[in-house]
Formats: sequence, structure tokens, C-alpha cells
Amino acid sequence: MAKESTDPEYAAIDAVYRAESRRVLATLIRLFGDFDLAEEALHDAFRAALEQWPRDGVPDNPRAWLVSAGRFKAIDAIRRRARFDALDDVPEPADAEVAARDAERVEDDRLRLIFTCCHPALAPDAQVALTLREICGLTTEEIAHAFLLPAPTVAQRIVRAKAKIRDARIPYQVPARAELPQRLDSVLRVIYLVFNEGYSASSGASLTRHEISGEAIRLGRLLLELLPEPEAMGLLALMLLHEARRAARTSSDGEIVLLDEQDRSLWNRAQIAEGSALVQRALSPGRAGPYAIQAAISAVHADSASAAATDWGEIVGLYDLLARIDPNPVVELNRAVAMAMRDGPAAGLDLVDAILARGDLADYRLAHAARADLCRRLGKTAEARAAYERALALTRQDTERRFIQRRLAELAG
Amino acid sequence: MKYLCLVYLEEAKWHDESDRECIAYVKELHDGGKLIRGEPLHPVATATTVRVRDGRVSVTDGPFAETKEQLAGFYLVDAQDLDEAIRIAARIPPARSGSIEVRPVRELDPR
Repeated sequence: MAKESTDPEYAAIDAVYRAESRRVLATLIRLFGDFDLAEEALHDAFRAALEQWPRDGVPDNPRAWLVSAGRFKAIDAIRRRARFDALDDVPEPADAEVAARDAERVEDDRLRLIFTCCHPALAPDAQVALTLREICGLTTEEIAHAFLLPAPTVAQRIVRAKAKIRDARIPYQVPARAELPQRLDSVLRVIYLVFNEGYSASSGASLTRHEISGEAIRLGRLLLELLPEPEAMGLLALMLLHEARRAARTSSDGEIVLLDEQDRSLWNRAQIAEGSALVQRALSPGRAGPYAIQAAISAVHADSASAAATDWGEIVGLYDLLARIDPNPVVELNRAVAMAMRDGPAAGLDLVDAILARGDLADYRLAHAARADLCRRLGKTAEARAAYERALALTRQDTERRFIQRRLAELAG
Repeated sequence: MKYLCLVYLEEAKWHDESDRECIAYVKELHDGGKLIRGEPLHPVATATTVRVRDGRVSVTDGPFAETKEQLAGFYLVDAQDLDEAIRIAARIPPARSGSIEVRPVRELDPR
């Protein structure tokens, strides 16, 4: 946008584009019920702004101007398409006043767009791609790069998702109160998936991809602003508290540094302060959700001067709470690791072995890595080696592979 | 006796037969008092599966009926959007033990 010139007028339009394009798009989708038509209209509206604003000045309410221009452009497009059909269905262009009113309802439209992009009737990977494309304004190429996918794969997911929204008539609305908790879960899951993709890439050469996590945090802030629910608060807190450790998670040569070995002076204090304050608020309503509890666990780590000085009893207690409301084997595994820190590696190993014996996490690399670490600390070298080998076979990430190989080399030495 | 005639076709061949021919046959059956209702569907990519387990409604993309699950009946419903269709589907009693596939009906094109 506005790469044509470095003139101040173009810079002003570029700034408006950054601030308003997603809002204007959200409103145009509501007005026309069609993602592609709305996107086309958005681009036409900005093209008109590039022609008119340098000449006539930036309007007082640029958002209303853009919604109005976009509406005219979309109606033109519908008219062109409908040339050979009856023209009765074509909506009439509205006056500037109506456009201004539409532009004021924009925050509702943004929330509608979020719930539509994260609708559970869309495949999870399509929800992620559509959210990044339509709400964050990332290009298909940027999404493909972040997820290590070929661009045509991402493009196809987006095309199919839009076709399903249109053909199955997925509504463009904020869900009713009764359906909100479940639908909000779906939105939170998409945001957390995006964050994790940037924070702990599941494959490939780069362990952390800062920008995509930053995008997830921006989404988390937007959601909380639009819908101040405790779990939206909990998720934002969780992301901030994880993000705060980013600089300490890898060494200068890009190798993994585990939590207990991190230089805690590198942790981002501002993010920790913001995250911890949000945790307090997210927990206070009394009915803590899974994101708020995970954030609370992160906040305990963030408050501790070292791994040894950590209140492991409190962390075990929080995992107990989490296991009650969201029972799953990964939570059990994390609880077992916390138990090992509180009561010693032997107690943790018994629990990890019990989980592995059930077969739930037999192919989960971190379960084998946890077992290996506990065996290592207990001096069970042969068992530690076998478990590291198993974890090594399961990992798809270069930095994790090197980390395990270092541990294996230490055992040999 | 009433019979339900289910149409199966590779998606690549969906438009081999013209909508106009289908409309003509529907009219012929209807005029002869033999047709109760016939509707074409949108492709399988528009399907949504609704299940209810332990009182919780689960909604997933796609027609993921378990292979053991067999077609046992149908409801043709009129809903304002997919969310209302999902609410209706979730109250169909077998949603508690099986799966309800919700697929939008397509308009036939008379041209």
C-alpha cells in the first residue's frame, strides 16, 4: 500500500490503511455477506483514496469515507455481475450519514469477523489461515512462510473456507450468550495455536519465530478489548508470560536453554508485570479456566529467582486444579515433572512411567525426554540413554535434536 | 410405501447432467403425484458433523461419520443459517450416540 511515493499524503494514507483496513473490511463483509466482494471493495476504496486524498485532503472521518467508498464500489461490482439478470436485488448506495453510522458499529463487526473466521464448522487449519488473512491482514505468502507450508496450500485452505462460509451460510454474528463459552473456546484455541507456532515451532530450523507470536498477542489484545472474558484475559496473560522468556530460551548460537538453566535477568520484566496483573484479574471471578491456570503457573516461575527457589508445591497445586477441569495426559505429565521438583526425581519417574504404561503418550517426544531427564538425575544412565534415543527419533525440530544429542554426549562422557 | 432415493456421484461428475434435465424430471414426477421432495446438495466440503456427548455439542468440519455408522434417517429442515441448523441437529435424538451430518441444500439453476 502507498509504495508509489514517499510524499506525506501517501504516508498519511498508509497510516490510515494500517489502522483502519481490517475494520473497514469487517464492516464491508457484514454489508455484503461476501468476503471476496468485500476485499475487492476495500482495495477499490483505498485506490480511490490514493487519487482523491492528496488532492482534496484526508477526510475528517476516514473510516466512514472508506466504508462509503467501498460500499459504492461493491454495488458497482454487483451491478456489473448482474447486468444480464434482474436488477431488483441490487442494494441502493447509502448516503454519507448511513456510512458514518455503519463505521461506528465497527467494533461489533470486528468481533463478528473473529467468530466467523474461528467457526468450529471450519477445519482448524482453515480457521488459523483465515484468521491471519482476514483479521491480521497477513498475505497468503506470509502465512505460508510462518507455517512452513507451500503458498498454494494456504491459498486453497482460504478459498475452501470462504466457499463453506458462503454455501453453508455460516452466520456473520457474535454468538448468543448460551453458545458463547464454547464458541469462545474455538477462538482462544486458534489464537493459542498461532502463538505456539511462533513460540515453539513444531518442525524446521528456527525454534522461535517472533513475528507470528507477536501477531497472536495482538489478536489476544484485540479479543480482550472487544470481549473482556476471564479466559481471554487468561490467554493473553499466558502468551505474555511465555513471550517474556523468549530472549533466555535460546543461547547466542541458537541452542535450547531449559527453564532451570535460563538467565532470568534476560526475562522481559514489563511483559511479566502485565501478564501477572492479568492473571490476578482472570482468576478473581472464582471459576478459573484452563488458560488462566496455565498463566498462573507461568507467573509462579516468573516470580522465582531460580529453579531451586521456585514454589513447586504451589505449581503442583495448580496442575491438580488444571487436571480436574481439563483432564488430559499432557497436563498429567507436566504435573509429574513438577512433583519431581518438589519430592525428588524418583517420585516423578513413577508417575511418568505410569502415564507411559497407559500408552497415551507413547509417541510424544516430551514424555520420553522427561523420563530421560529423571533417569539421568537418578544416575540410571542406560535407561536415560534409551529414553533420549526414543525422544530423538520422535522430534522433527533441528534445535531439539541437537539438544538431545548434547545430553547423550554428556551421558557418554 | 415411501422410498428415499439417495444419489451418489463422483464430485468431478456432478455437473455432467444439467440442472435443467433434473428440474424437468422433478416436474414430471411431481405432476404424476410420485414426488414428495427432491433436493440437490452442496459438495461434501460444505458438510458439518454434529455430535452430542455428555451433554456437550461438538461441531466439526467434514462428513466424519464413523465407518460403523450407517445412514438411518433424514430430516430436511428450514433454518436461517448454519448455527440454527446446528442447534436443530443437536436435538435430533441419535446425535447423542451417532453423528448428524448437516449439508446445505443447493438451488437448482434453471438456465
